[in-house]
Formats: sequence, structure tokens, C-alpha cells
Amino acid sequence: MRLPRDPRWLQIGFLCSFLLLGLTARDFPLWHAPLLFASCLATQLACERLLKLPHAGLLSPIITSFGLTLLLRAGAWWVPPLAGALAIGSKYALRIRGRHFFNPANFGLCCLMLLTPRAWCSPTQWGEGGLLLLWILALGLAVAHRAFRADVSLAFLASFIILRTARIHYLGQRPEVLFHQLSSGSLLLFTFFMISDPKTTPRHRVARIAFAAIVACTAFVLSTHWVQNPIVWALFFCAPLTPLLDALTSRQEKSVCAPSQQPSLSPAP
Amino acid sequence: MRSLTAALAFAGAVALASPAHAFCGFFVGKADGKLFNQSSQVAIVRDGDRTVITMGNDFKGEMSEFALVVPVPSVLTRDQIHVGERRLLERLDAYSAPRLVEYHDPDPCNERIYPMAAGPMMRAKSMDAAAIAGGRALGVTVEAAYTIGEYDILLLSATQSQGLETWLRESGYRIPPRASAALAPYVRQNMKFFVARVNLKEQRKAGYQELRPIQIAFESPKFMLPIRLGMANADGPQDLIVYAITRNGRVESSNYQTVKIPSNVEVPEFVQKEFGDFYKSLFTKDWRAHDHRAIATEYVWNMGFCDPCAADPLTLAELRQLGVFWIEDQDNALRGGGLPVMLTRLHLRYDSEHFPEDLVFQQTGDQQNFQGRYIIRHPWRGSATCAAAGRYQEQVLARHRQEAETLASLTGWDTDRIRRKMGTDAPGKTETDPPWWKKLWR
Repeated sequence: MRLPRDPRWLQIGFLCSFLLLGLTARDFPLWHAPLLFASCLATQLACERLLKLPHAGLLSPIITSFGLTLLLRAGAWWVPPLAGALAIGSKYALRIRGRHFFNPANFGLCCLMLLTPRAWCSPTQWGEGGLLLLWILALGLAVAHRAFRADVSLAFLASFIILRTARIHYLGQRPEVLFHQLSSGSLLLFTFFMISDPKTTPRHRVARIAFAAIVACTAFVLSTHWVQNPIVWALFFCAPLTPLLDALTSRQEKSVCAPSQQPSLSPAP
Repeated sequence: MRSLTAALAFAGAVALASPAHAFCGFFVGKADGKLFNQSSQVAIVRDGDRTVITMGNDFKGEMSEFALVVPVPSVLTRDQIHVGERRLLERLDAYSAPRLVEYHDPDPCNERIYPMAAGPMMRAKSMDAAAIAGGRALGVTVEAAYTIGEYDILLLSATQSQGLETWLRESGYRIPPRASAALAPYVRQNMKFFVARVNLKEQRKAGYQELRPIQIAFESPKFMLPIRLGMANADGPQDLIVYAITRNGRVESSNYQTVKIPSNVEVPEFVQKEFGDFYKSLFTKDWRAHDHRAIATEYVWNMGFCDPCAADPLTLAELRQLGVFWIEDQDNALRGGGLPVMLTRLHLRYDSEHFPEDLVFQQTGDQQNFQGRYIIRHPWRGSATCAAAGRYQEQVLARHRQEAETLASLTGWDTDRIRRKMGTDAPGKTETDPPWWKKLWR
């Protein structure tokens, strides 16, 4: 069987099956999904028309809609459309060197959680089905690999596990605590479908791994200060590091590969 | 010797409220906290970082044996500790317990439309010097000591869990073997230990036969309940009912799956006589279905009203006694439209294997009311000879079949047992299904 060339199709397929699995779990709401999809797609089309940009397809806003559907919980009807609009809008409004740096779904989710108590994220809504999570893990790996960002996911997960293990050891807790913390559907969703976004992670592999480790460390610090949903917030706070790391690595590459093209610090005449 | 009772190992007793008339159905029974053995009840009032915890207490043994150890985020002053009334948790339990409601079918031959009832919704001491010196040697510091109500209370800090265990043991507490390991994470997090025992003299003077709940108020970013300590000397799963009271919305756990208990289903009439057993079986089946790891939401409601009411909503004075510090007297005028107070009742059955970490909570923006509500519908038993009566009888038969199936799937009860208890209402008992052609040319 041939897999589609664009890895985003695979991603959509997997996110779709996440959604179907969510529907089999109790209390997984879906009323907000049409509002999110409509708002994300409309914002994308409106931004393209307004900024006179060529049509970039709808796969990206569809993936953002899935991400928000799976992670955002809303206590008011206006929360999902606003989240969708802010998520997609951030791709056009917040750009450095022609590249957006916030993961759109993460940006929409965090903005709404900052703006209103009627938006929240339920990290444990998936339950702890071990087998299911292994399945998700395997599929997530495949997707992340196809999208050439498996390194980010794996670096994040490794850093997360090392830090949590150290903390558990320090506190004198049992090893079961680690397994309990890892058996969170939201953690895996974040690891394989959010932080691995190739558009919002640094271009250089070393920078990507550093970025993933920084996000994991930030999440760890936030969790020790009892911040809810620390991984989601960590990515939000660390996102501006992507253009910074890109700038650093591109400068380094240029200095190694083509020293004559190194930008001059003195103003051009 | 005093035995170390599990932290938060309490249970509230319940006074049965008289049945109340309710919107769209009559409230006829409830499954309250006392149904469950080894159950504890605790109320957490929280807004921002401000937290008030009321710890219920159903200690049955010798008062001199009672002791309580709870990790707290800081050393509490005398003003931050209060001994409340048992009635408060009983009221919360009665108000929020899963309930059974009943409806009566009208005469199928009388097609008058009955308006829904325009709802009468109910508006609803001093330490001896040797112990202190010994404590220092073990890394235990007695930060404060108070006698409040019938309790002698100590606030301890410790630098090592082994030292704390030794100190407690030397001070007369019988420590279970695994207590040190359970204490360690709290010591590492620099938490303090709230230790209470009964002052027998004060207790006799006050004349209380049963221990009253202890309340503590503090500020902390930690929205959590320490349950791990209570597992140290537990043999088997324990039930805990948490009443979380917040300003904005439903409370859920952020480190364990929180699910709503199956609700709003029709069950056979005989369930009315054994509603307690029904609810216990339903809860147990749901707990097993979630691999013994989920927390059940049994009730989420604005404290301003209820529908149907298992008991009247708490008064503003009762809410303030529970620690709801943000309400004022003028809020009473808001009652009809709701108060800025949401109650979430969470029920968990926990053991060491399935709950390796303490409970952490988060307040959500969900203000949708929810209740564990079960419905019985009494069929029309009067005479009915019109043409509509035949159709009605078929509907009742189909309904009874559905009710039997629902009951079996909710509780895991044996279908033969259900049929036996349903008596003449049991599917297939009164009459075989009408042949399929009977509906053809009607």
C-alpha cells in the first residue's frame, strides 16, 4: 500500500482516529468541533484574500482544527470560534523572517485560557488505557517521522522522562508514579502532534533537539510550581526561541560554509 | 497507644431529608455517602489560591486512640484552624447525593395535556519539653501547638521522614510499617504536618459524643488532596467523596480521568425499594469499567437552587461556615438566578495500586448542571378500554424490556434476578410480543 506523499494526510487520518476514540470515551464533547473547523477554515481563507496570498490549501487549518477539537474545552459558544480565529490569525500576524513561530493550535488554546476562565484543557480526558496509548505512540512516531520531525518528539519525550524520573527519585516516590504520569493521552498528543510541527520548530537538527529539551525543562519547572497543563504553556512560552535558534544556527552555518557572505554588523552604505 | 488513622479517613453520617416536590418528577430517594463502607468525606472550598478544607470524621473507636496526620503547605496559625459542625458535611451530602425520581403515566384514554408543574424548584496545649528536645534530635520541629475545641493540634516540620516516623512513634502514635515511605515525598516538598488528637478533657467538657470536622484555611497554589498517606494502613480500596466548591465552574482532576456517572436513565419500578443497592452496584460497575482508576462526578450544580431537590440548598450562613468567603448577604437575592457558587461532588474508590499519586484538581469553565438521576415511571394501572389503550400497553411492554436491559447493563445484575424482581412487569411475563402484522394496517 502506498502512503500519501504529503505527511499531513497521514496526520489528519490519525487525528481523525483520535477523535473517534475520544467519542468512545465518556464525556468527550463534540459540539465545538463544527465551530472550530468553520472558524479555522474561514480565517485561513480570509487572511489569504486580505493579504493577497496564493491559496496554500486547507490541510494546515484542518490539522489545527483537529488539534483544538481534541485539546480545547469550552464553557461558552463563543470560545471555539475565537480560538480558531486566533490560532490561524497568528500564522499571518506573528511572523519573523517570513515564518510563523507559534504552533497555531497551541497559540489558540493558550490565548483563550489566558483570556477567559470559560476555556480550559482536560489533560486526563482520555483515561489511562495502556494499550491504546501504545498504539497512539507507535502511530505518532510514524507521523512524526514522515514529517521529518521525529527528533523533536523523541528529544522532548526523553527529556521529560529524565526530569520526571529524577523528581520521583528525589521525592522518594514509587516508579509507578512515572508510568502514571506517562499514561496521559494529552502528553502523547502534544509530543507527536504539536511540538513536532515542522513549521514552528527550528530548522537545524541540533537546534530542534535543544528546543525540545528547553520546552521539557520549562514544563518541568512550571509543574513544580503547580501550573496546570505545564507542557502546553511551556511550548507557548518557548515558541519565540524558534526564530532565535534559527537565526543563531543560520549565522553559524554561514560562518562555517560561506564566510564571505557573513552579514556585516556595520550599516550598509 | 494512639493509632494513626488514615489522613482524611473520615465519613459523614447522613440525615434523610423528607421527600421534596420537584420540577418534572418527584424525588423519592437518594444514595448518600453512608452507603459506602470505609468512606471519607471532605469539602474543599477554593477561589484563587485561597483554600478552606473541611475534613469529615466518622471515627468509631476509643477517642483516646484517634489521631490524624495531614500534610499542609505551611505552618497554620490558630486563626486558620476551626472545628466545624458535622451538620455541614451532612447537608452537602444530602443536597448532592444521586437521586431517584418518579413519574406516573397518565390515563392513556384521557388525552388531556398535563402542563409541567411550574416548578417549585427549591431555593432553593503545651508540649512537654522532652518531646520537643527529642524532636530536634530527629529533625522534627514542633512549629506550633494549639488546643482548639476537642482537639490538641500540632504543626510539625521535618527534615527526614524516618525521623518524623520515629518522633510520632515515640510520642505515642502507632505508625503502620509503610508510613515512613508515605511521609517522605511530603517531607521532600517541605510540607508541614498537621497532627491532631482528641483532648479527652475538652471533649468531655464540650459534651460531644462524636468528633466534629476540622477545618483549615490557607493560601497555596496547590489545589490537591493528599490521599497517599491514608493508604499506608489501608487494607483494600477506600471510598472518598470530595465536595469541591468554587466560584466559576465544575472541578475535575487533572491527573486522573474524571467521568460523569451514568445518569438520566429509566429503571424498573422495584429499584425504588432498593435504590441504595442499585447505586452501589452501578458505581462499582462503572469503577471497574474504568480500570479502577477514574473519578466519578456525581453532582455539579449551582448552589442557588436544585431540581429535583434531594435536600434544600445550603444557606448562605452554612456556605460561609464551610469557608465560602466570597459571598455576601446580598447574594441571597440572586438565589433564583443562581449564586456565584458551584458545587462539584466527586466520588472515587482508591487504593495504592491504582492511585500512585495524590489527587490534583483544576477548576474548569464548565457551568453546566449535572446530577446522578435515575427515573422510575409507574404505568397507568387504572382501567383503559379505548383503542389508544392497546398502543399504550405495547409501549409499556417495550419500556419494561428496555428498563430491564438498562438495569442489567448499568449494574451487572443477573437478568434472571431482574426479571424475578420485576414480577408481572418482567418482559415476556404478561404477554408475548404482539405479532408483527398487528401494526401493519393500523
